[in-house]
Amino acid sequence: MSTSISTPRKAPKKGFGQWFAATGWRHLIGVALCIYAAFPLLYVLSASLNPNGTLLSSNGFFSTIGFESYAKLFANEQRPFAAWFANTMFIGLTTAAASVFLGALAAYSFSRMRFKGRRFGLVSLLVVQIFPQLLAVVAIFILLTTLGEVYPGLGIDNQIALIMVYLGGALGVNTYLMYGFFNTVPVEIDEAAKIDGAGHARIFFTMILRLVAPILAVVGLLSFISTTSDFVIASVVLVSPENQTLAVGLYSYVSEEFTSNWSVFAAGAVLAAIPVMALFLFLQKYIVGGLTAGAGK
Amino acid sequence: MTMKTTAPKDRAPQDEPAKLSSTAQGFTRNLNTGLGAMLVKILAIAVLDATALFAVFLAVAKDALLIASIIAVITLVINAIYFKRGWLPAKYLAPGAVFLLIFQVFVIGYTGYIAFTNYGSGHNSDKDDAIMSLLQSNQQRVPESAGYPVTVLEGADGLALLVEREGQSLMGDVQHPLAPIDPDALGQYTQLSFADLLGRQQEVTSLAVPMSENPADGTLRTSDGRTAYQYTSTLVYEPNADTMTDSTTGLVYRDTGVGAYSAPSGEQLMPGWSINVGFDNFTRAVTDSSIRGSLISVTAWTFGFAFLSVATSFFLGLFLAIVFNDLRMKGRKVYRVISILPYAFPAFLGGLVWAGMLNKDFGYVNQVLFGGASIPWLTDPWLAKFSVLWVNLWLGFPYMFLVCTGALQSIPDELAEAAKIDGAKPWQIFRLIKLPLLLVSVAPLLISSFAFNFNNFNVIYMLTEGGPRLADSGMNVGATDILISMVYKVAFVGSQRDYGLASAFSIIIFLIVSLVAVISFKQTKALEELN
Repeated sequence: MSTSISTPRKAPKKGFGQWFAATGWRHLIGVALCIYAAFPLLYVLSASLNPNGTLLSSNGFFSTIGFESYAKLFANEQRPFAAWFANTMFIGLTTAAASVFLGALAAYSFSRMRFKGRRFGLVSLLVVQIFPQLLAVVAIFILLTTLGEVYPGLGIDNQIALIMVYLGGALGVNTYLMYGFFNTVPVEIDEAAKIDGAGHARIFFTMILRLVAPILAVVGLLSFISTTSDFVIASVVLVSPENQTLAVGLYSYVSEEFTSNWSVFAAGAVLAAIPVMALFLFLQKYIVGGLTAGAGK
Repeated sequence: MTMKTTAPKDRAPQDEPAKLSSTAQGFTRNLNTGLGAMLVKILAIAVLDATALFAVFLAVAKDALLIASIIAVITLVINAIYFKRGWLPAKYLAPGAVFLLIFQVFVIGYTGYIAFTNYGSGHNSDKDDAIMSLLQSNQQRVPESAGYPVTVLEGADGLALLVEREGQSLMGDVQHPLAPIDPDALGQYTQLSFADLLGRQQEVTSLAVPMSENPADGTLRTSDGRTAYQYTSTLVYEPNADTMTDSTTGLVYRDTGVGAYSAPSGEQLMPGWSINVGFDNFTRAVTDSSIRGSLISVTAWTFGFAFLSVATSFFLGLFLAIVFNDLRMKGRKVYRVISILPYAFPAFLGGLVWAGMLNKDFGYVNQVLFGGASIPWLTDPWLAKFSVLWVNLWLGFPYMFLVCTGALQSIPDELAEAAKIDGAKPWQIFRLIKLPLLLVSVAPLLISSFAFNFNNFNVIYMLTEGGPRLADSGMNVGATDILISMVYKVAFVGSQRDYGLASAFSIIIFLIVSLVAVISFKQTKALEELN
């Protein structure tokens, strides 16, 4: 498609037909695309600003503007939005940080060390990541119920237990993304440091981790996004409203009082989406690189 | 430190520099990673060991010997790994591997085990618990038994009953059977006043104090807070014959190996207990017509959904990538950023927002775009399937757009130019040169996207909850349910939870996913590239 012949500059007054044939129709598609992509987002923003609150009255696009829904959102005691938000951030950030750390440790050993069982380890990671954890959600539920009878702090309805479950998936796809990136850091750097007397731990913590920072950001972000949007495991593990995450809590908003509380839900949706979207757009460059390396959403 | 490290070097004879300098290097390295790191390591492991020791004691105290031994073994292995010299890779792999083994590998195996049991509502625990709870429920007042004068007291453990029987003071609460009480200990309790009795009537009437350690003796209950009567179960348990007899009807229930006491007529006493049922769940899934029909239609839809999701989003993404891959066009960056927005929007929210927009009676689509029509977007089986695909296209096309743009831009322009000189038309250049090259680079991503959509729970559940419900199904399964959402609904939604059957479905998904994986590995040869 890039077969463009260099258009002569001396003909600035092209006809509309010519312009349309060259790039104009592309803009037409572009506008249609923008409407398709952005309309639902504008709709939820307008619904959140609609003080009347019902689904039907939210159809007037930005016809009324008020922040009552946001106030109601934080005032509802049965559905503690602020707690959900804090829980989601706590679970998401802890899981992301720990996943990055565990994944980086594993990727370092696979990339820099040659040992018996290394290939077996890599292949098993590849095989294990085919089976997403949510398939075993029943077993996870029963395991946590049993654990909870012995250690109440690690049972159902406990956030630490949920984080531990999520960390089961910390190796796997993360290690793969990192392994590839670690391999691009020249081994000569390690060797130079070794000659200067640095041990393996020092090389890893003070040198390698800095050199691979971009992939750490990508893996952390992907892990944060997948953790915060998980519904299946979170809904099974977290039972009481004050312990739940945004995904579980906002679903309960919609499933129980669908049409009457629509704008309050929309306000919650806007606030829940902002941090994720901001992070995403901020780190967009890195993510696009990571995506093509094989991470699905 | 530096003094020590130089010491061996100084002593080294000059004629063997290479050998000794390597020893010296090793020594230096050890010392450099030395003190600080060593302290951190010892401290971390000490904390871990202390926690593990505490956990083992707790588990032993609660008779959970299996958990105790697993924790002990893991802790010992970790200690060995970090204190032994060498084993360097293990030091780096162990932390992640522990979580991976427990919460990914073990739970998959455990799913396999649960698939062979009848675990679920009414079959939640072992036989002793079931007997205990059967005897505690179904209780009735012993006919024509005498009443005991009682006092209701409140103590640290909640309400308690104080009874005068045969000149002796006995006390007990929900957890502790009636036992003689030391008069001095009575000071810790306060007697409920008449007003309290009225105010907390429900609490008082539901209080049941076991008569003795033997559950067959029944419980003591009071309805007015003054007189209590002995209540015994209408069921009588015969430990030797292992039968339950209903004393009112004389019906004998036996343990016939189905995980519950059953009458000859097949009637079962609930709760039962969890037992191994062999391949029952799997045979039920294939032979029970109400389950088989839904399993087949759900499996077919899962494949259809995953395939169509990949296909639609890939073609839309590819089309857009081609349209915007023209350097003459202005504002491409703006279009690109706006089109990425749905991908950045959390998927579960996307489903919920679209569910509102597609609502039949009040939604934006029907009310505004279709002028007040009431099109059943989410409640008609076929329209619901269409809506699910539509929303998943909205969520998924930006990914394909990004990927295809990247792949297109990495194809060298020379190829297209050469083809053009040879007289190829633009469409031919695209179909015969660019498309094959593009497919080579995106094929693995299409396969992983297929695998992802195969278990794309959020879109389905947030938009339709799997509905509308299939009319001919014996289970709570709908027209847009995919396998994973069916597993979730069978196990966790509604009053009848069947963990065994849900796990059997999970195992079926494992088998399907493995098959797809084997095929795709053969295609991409990903395994061979590992070195």
